Amino acid sequence: MLGMKIEDLSAFYGSFKAVTGVSMNIQANKVTALIGPSGCGKSTFLRCLNRMHEVIPGAYAEGGVHLGDQDIYAKDADPVTIRRRIGMVFQKPNPFSKSIYENVAWGARINGYKGDMDELVERSLRRAALWEEVKDKLKKSGFDLSGGQQQRLVIARTLAVEPEVILMDEPASALDPVSTQKIEDTMADLKKRYTVVIVTHNMQQAARISDYTGFFYIEHMGDPGRLWEFDETDKVFSAPGRKETEDYVTGRFG
Amino acid sequence: MATKSGTQTSRKGGPEQGPLFQSSTSARHTLDRMFAVLVFIATMIGLVVLVVLLVDIALDGLPRLSWDFITSYSSVIPDNTGIYPALLGSLWLLALTGIISVPLGIGAATYLEEYAPDNWLTRLIEINISNLAGVPSIIYGLLGLGIFVNLLGPITGGQTIVAGALTLSLLILPVIIIATREAFRTIPGAVREGGYALGATRWEVIKAHLLPMAVPGALTGTILALSRAIGETAPLIVVGAATYITFAPESPLSSYSALPIQIYSWVSQPQPGFQIAAAAGIVVLMVVLLLANSVAIWLRNKYQRRV
Repeated sequence: MLGMKIEDLSAFYGSFKAVTGVSMNIQANKVTALIGPSGCGKSTFLRCLNRMHEVIPGAYAEGGVHLGDQDIYAKDADPVTIRRRIGMVFQKPNPFSKSIYENVAWGARINGYKGDMDELVERSLRRAALWEEVKDKLKKSGFDLSGGQQQRLVIARTLAVEPEVILMDEPASALDPVSTQKIEDTMADLKKRYTVVIVTHNMQQAARISDYTGFFYIEHMGDPGRLWEFDETDKVFSAPGRKETEDYVTGRFG
Repeated sequence: MATKSGTQTSRKGGPEQGPLFQSSTSARHTLDRMFAVLVFIATMIGLVVLVVLLVDIALDGLPRLSWDFITSYSSVIPDNTGIYPALLGSLWLLALTGIISVPLGIGAATYLEEYAPDNWLTRLIEINISNLAGVPSIIYGLLGLGIFVNLLGPITGGQTIVAGALTLSLLILPVIIIATREAFRTIPGAVREGGYALGATRWEVIKAHLLPMAVPGALTGTILALSRAIGETAPLIVVGAATYITFAPESPLSSYSALPIQIYSWVSQPQPGFQIAAAAGIVVLMVVLLLANSVAIWLRNKYQRRV
């Protein structure tokens, strides 16, 4: 699997600069967590990593993002291809209004998957730890599932297109503790095969599941968000290098 | 005066002046009930007028209605006249108008909602489409006369079904476009993002997710629009639907009559027999309308269930 290299990335919404000057290396087959107070640009930054940011009218990014040695913001880079290689799971579960089976199969099919579809669907659902719960009702609508199951269905759907990196934007924030636990369990398994980047508001979650942690912060109201500190998770939580990081991870604000 | 009102204000706001919430609950409930009665009456007035109208038409028309009436051609003798050519003409119009306007309307709405950039040009188009929905139908008739009957006469054959259907399509396109756009707008952005995040192109997302979700809403608008089209008289008179016709239309390039035209023509005859025929014609028109609506509603529910 490939890691990612981000150089001096800035993100804009029209004339508003939301994130500025972020440089970081995302290690292959590790979980990288992005934490920080609300509105400091974590999600925006995450969406820049698979060119989903620009889907919003007027939004664009500047700087370099490399997947392996490919510049995903190069002129000839196709966002459609890039998004297959760098998948994304959103904050709110967003299954398609199709059957459970079709939810998983659709992405693979449009990307020209020629293998055994039944096998791919089962494998993806197993990796997302959902197979046992849905194997008897694959024809049922994705909306028939609970919120936590829907989110795992979305993860399965993302895995089915065989990405190299999976971006997760607060995947458990809308879920109950039991579902959150299941998603976290899945994540430990996922990093064996994928590179994972997760935005979370939950510091315990970041501490539990991630290998690296980036702390985003806005020093003054109205400034763009910056990557304040980035290090191994243990270091960020036990011996942070900057005062703001320490205040945040110890729960003094945010 | 000023001092007095000032004192009153301060007295109302002052905590020392007893309870601050002093309203009569029973008066408020009475008002609530009165309002309920008022809006009930408003509903009933509309409903009663409609029922009286329907009953009146049915009493006049139903005795005249027979299989003969439906399968006979127009005649100058009131008791022999029938609705066959007009009924077929209306069915042709309904089908052709649907075939022309639905793909165009849904296509235009898809472009405007999913592809078009948000700039002054698209905003201008949007405003104009909304305005077009309010243009009187006779204006569309004149437009149809100018373009489809005269200018494109060599292709449409002049005063033919296809020219009428094209005119009616123009008339209802804005309504279909607006309804379909509304349907697209109710689809959460998360559906689009979910599709893009899997490496789908815009068209793939539209085809697999957005259109199926938008169809029920789009169909609702189309039902209303087609109902309007089938009942239209003014534009059809302008583009040359015949009032007296002794053959059934056989192709889109035939001359034609239509139910509202035939009814209008009968109503304007002096003989009482034609008035009765007109009432029977109205019953036929309403049955056609209700059938078309039921089919559309059935279609809509079918799609909705799949979602």
